[in-house]
Amino acid sequence: MKAELQFDFLVDKEKNSITVKREFAAERQLVWDCHTKRELLDRWFAPKPLTTKTKHMEFKEGGYWHYAMITPDGQAFWNRLDYQSISPIDGYVALDGFCDETGVVNPDMPRARWDVAFTDAKARTLVTTVVLYSSADDVQKAIDMGLKDGLASTLERLDELLHTMGATAEQV
Amino acid sequence: MGELAEPFNMALPSFMKHVGVLESTGLIRSRKRGRIRTCTLERKKLAAAERWFADQRAIWASRYQNLDSLLETLTGEDRES
Repeated sequence: MKAELQFDFLVDKEKNSITVKREFAAERQLVWDCHTKRELLDRWFAPKPLTTKTKHMEFKEGGYWHYAMITPDGQAFWNRLDYQSISPIDGYVALDGFCDETGVVNPDMPRARWDVAFTDAKARTLVTTVVLYSSADDVQKAIDMGLKDGLASTLERLDELLHTMGATAEQV
Repeated sequence: MGELAEPFNMALPSFMKHVGVLESTGLIRSRKRGRIRTCTLERKKLAAAERWFADQRAIWASRYQNLDSLLETLTGEDRES
């Protein structure tokens, strides 16, 4: 990561929310495109060493993005993001969810609301994402799920890697 | 509870409210015996929560590094064309 690009990750346990702020060295239209076009999303959304594969994308209110994050040994984690409101190129609101390959959302799992905002920051673009769970109970379910779904062990290695790279120097 | 609240510059009812929030998340447990309420820290649960938040942070940090590279590639293509 370029050291001069702002990155904040804030957890608010009382509000059951996570706020991620990140600057990008590109104009807003391009950063927006990268968030809303399937062929571009497939090139960055999954954390390393996973890759992204889009099965369905309809970026409009009421539409959804159905995608998998795939591990190097081929294990797929399916997710979908249902778009609730969109105002190009300022932001969108969506509902995330764990699902299967056919796109059916797991009803036992909590869905968090993503509020994503794009703003100009001089020659850069600031993206602010607020991930909001509806209760502490939902956060706990997400934690329990995260610990057993196998993504955790992949991420543990990732976390170690990031620590080595010094990219997690900022507070959690 | 009174003992716990002592170091904080806060009225006991406000303190109880904060403890209530922590308790609803399952990060602490409390037990009342007679007039005395005792709090226990759920270390395992707390560690799991911290682990998960660290994972989430790692996911966002990594995907955004990917996006940096992609943006660099795309703006490079722009300049060439």
